[in-house]
This record gives sequence, C-alpha cells and structure tokens, in this order.
Amino acid sequence: MIRNPKDLARYTAHERANHWVVGISFILLALSGLAFFHPAFFPLAQLFGGGTWARILHPYVGVLMAVSFLVLFFRFSALNAMTPADREWLSRVGEMVDGNDHDMPEQGKYNGGQKLMFWALALCMLLLVASGIVMWRAWFDVPVGVIRLGAVVHAATAAVMIALIFVHVYAAIWVKGTIRAMWYGTVTRAWAKQHHRAWYRQVTGKS
Amino acid sequence: MALQSLDITRRSATTTPAPSVRQTTEVAKLIDVSACIGCKACQAACMEWNDIRDEIGTCHGVYDNPMDLTAKSWTVMRYAEVEQDGRLEWLIRKDGCMHCADPGCLKACPAPGAILQYANGIVDFHEEHCIGCGYCITGCPFNIPRLSKEDGKAYKCSLCSDRVAVGQAPACIKACPTGALQFGAKEQMKHYAEERIHDLQSRGYQKAGLYDPPGVGGTHVMYVLHHADQPELYSRLPNDPGISPLVSLWKGVAKPLATLALAGVALGSLFHYVTKGPNEVSKELEDELEKEDAK
Repeated sequence: MIRNPKDLARYTAHERANHWVVGISFILLALSGLAFFHPAFFPLAQLFGGGTWARILHPYVGVLMAVSFLVLFFRFSALNAMTPADREWLSRVGEMVDGNDHDMPEQGKYNGGQKLMFWALALCMLLLVASGIVMWRAWFDVPVGVIRLGAVVHAATAAVMIALIFVHVYAAIWVKGTIRAMWYGTVTRAWAKQHHRAWYRQVTGKS
Repeated sequence: MALQSLDITRRSATTTPAPSVRQTTEVAKLIDVSACIGCKACQAACMEWNDIRDEIGTCHGVYDNPMDLTAKSWTVMRYAEVEQDGRLEWLIRKDGCMHCADPGCLKACPAPGAILQYANGIVDFHEEHCIGCGYCITGCPFNIPRLSKEDGKAYKCSLCSDRVAVGQAPACIKACPTGALQFGAKEQMKHYAEERIHDLQSRGYQKAGLYDPPGVGGTHVMYVLHHADQPELYSRLPNDPGISPLVSLWKGVAKPLATLALAGVALGSLFHYVTKGPNEVSKELEDELEKEDAK
C-alpha cells in the first residue's frame, strides 16, 4: 500500500516478512539464551514459561532462525558484495558516526557498514548453528570435548551477535526515515538521495 | 532439603552468598579398591534406599551390569582386567559422583538452586529446579551426571544426603560386606586410608596411595588405589582431573565480560543519540525535490 506514489520501494512484502521472522526468532533466542548464560538474566526464562520451557524451545527457535536467515542470506548476498567505494566509506566511518556525513562517498542500496554487518551476522549464524547443534542434547550426542568447545563458541558468538544487532537497531533508529522501509517497504526520495545516492539514481534515473 | 538449608557452601547460578552461618564437618566416602570383591551390594543398596529401579538390561559378556551410569543407576561397579609386571590384575572400581570440592557441574549449571554444595562437602542435585540443559555433564570432569529420557532431568549420586543429614552413613556403606567402603569425617577417612596404604605398601604395592585429586580441590569420595600412579588403569579414572579451561572460560570470565560489553554497546548507542542527535534527512534536499515536482 503506497500512500505517496513518489516514495521509493525499498523492500518487497516477502523481504519484510522474511526479515521479521528472523528478527522475532532472534529476540526470542537472545532472551532465552541470556537466561542460560548469566544468573542475572535467568528471570528472562519466565517469559517462556520457566527454565525448562526455555531450554526446550530455544533450539527449535534456533532452527527457525537458521532456515529463515538462510533464505534472507540468499535474497541479499549479491547486493552486499563489497566494492572499493564501500571500503572507502568504511575507512571514513568515524566522520559518519560523528554526525558529519556530508563528504561521505556515494553509496548504493547498502553502505559499507551495512554490508560489513551483513557478512558479520552471516558468520555469527554459521558459528551459532554449528555450536548449537553440538549442545542440543535432546537430539545429538557428541563427545564432551566438542560440547565444551561448542559452549564457549556459542556464548561468545551470541554475545557478539547481540551487540551487532544492538548496532543494527540503533542505526535504524538514528537514521530517521529508515525504519519504515522494514515496516511497509518504502522510503522517501529525499532519504534515498541523502543516504544512498547511487541507489537513488539507479531507481529514479535522475542525477 | 530444608534440614540443610543453613549449611550450604555453594548454590548454582547464584551470585550472592548462600546461607552458610553453620559450619559442619566435612565428610567423605573412602573406597578401598584393594578390599573390594565386586559383589555389587552397594549398587543394590543404592537402588533400594533411593527407591529407583533401572531397566533390566542385557548381558554383555562381562561383569559390568549395568554397563554405565544412568539416570537410574547412580553407582556402578567397573571391572578392568590389566597386566601389571606380567601378572593379571582384576581392578574393580565403584564409580559414581566424586563430590568435588570445586564441582564442575555446579559451575556450569544455569538454573538457580538446581545444584547445591553443602558445607559437609556433598554436592546434591535438586531436580525440581533442574531445567534439563545437561550443562552439568559438560562441566563434570568425571562424566557422572546423566539426563533422564523420561523427565529430562539430570541425576547422580547424592551421597545419601538425606541419610547423612540425620547422622546416618550412605546406604552403600551399610551394605558393603568387606569394609571396602568407609564413611566419616574427611580427616578421619584420610587417616584410615594412610593405614591401608601403609599395609598395601608393606605387601609389595609400592605405588599404593590415596586418590583425592587436588585439581578439583579434593573430593568427598576418595579411593585407596594399589596403583595410585596409574589411576587410568581403574576403568579410566582420570589422572589429573580438573574443570576444563573451556568450561572455566565459558562460566567464568566470559559472563561478566560479555554482560559489560553488551551494556556498553547499549548505553553507547543511547548516549550517541543524546550527544550527536538523530541523523535526519536534510531540509535542503527535501525542498530541492519539491521544487523539481512543482516544475
């Protein structure tokens, strides 16, 4: 449903739905996983009906996230190929964070930071799935040495991934006019021209 | 266990001190392997007192029965045939929880109060708080806890904490016909062990000794071994057990570090917004586009 015909379509309904399946499963996994990680977070298990339910559900939600992330990965991996312009953007990310984005190099649909985020999250998912499987005692029985390594990898990777998602969410909040792209799919032309000028040119044919 | 609520040394997944005003004597079970005849009376007594009956298994052609610890078999006799100095030796070891002073199971457990260590040294699982994750198995240096397929909870030897709480010896001790199993204050057990070791040494077992591994802070189940220099002979009793460095990392420094890092990223984002302000679309760009439209 496009209210302003001049708005630009950034995400299709399928892309948005796919993103939110990943997003919801991530939130459920982070909350239940933190409960097993540190006693300070154990009360979060109550959100799932107690510790035992959290323990039962966590890996199944993990399977849902792994599958939906894989679909998302194939949807967006080509768009996230790093280019020299992205590296240039990344080398000057300090200016961007400082709130001074006037001279940043022109970016396509995604900037270097978003692309780096994409590949970092994909690596996290790979490590989390591999380490999560070895810890899933309901279905798998692997040597204890592997489980111990898996536990460390799972916890460390999960902490990194939660931090990355904090940055992902904050970036969407910080850059005004962004979140609507994931809610209903469109952005304003001005938003596109300011933040992703090369993409703006490509979709509008204007300079 | 209400009776012991005042003498808890450690409580799983709990960061504040456990109720510990009352000091009790450290206890220990001493297993004198050299006096064990492998009769399995201890196994039978364990089943009887704890009122659990394992599935009836099949004969594997060896004495071991059941072949391994299970959620319903908290102690098993392990029979090893080894050659020492050209002689065949039949080494029989009663396997079960060692009740470590530094328990890996308790360190790894994420469920508050599912594992308790009493001041008397007993490490006890409280299954009503167990969430069934199996982290205790991951943390244990002796491969002791077992998850039940029926209820998904972890079980192991309780050193008959209910009996010890009222001044009784564990059931296995009462059943042992040879005195291979002894129970009492840990100091007293060490003293008794010394006599046994001295006797074994005088009879040609020069390497006889006490198994009270310091890597786990000592244990509250100790062995007198005729070959204390080679504990692996006794059905792979670990030579120098300790909590795996991976488990220490996972349930040690990683916890506060990761928590601080996450808090840092969250607060850093908040203060970035507050200090730098939102990244809004510039008014000039919007006006420019509006002018284009008006043409």
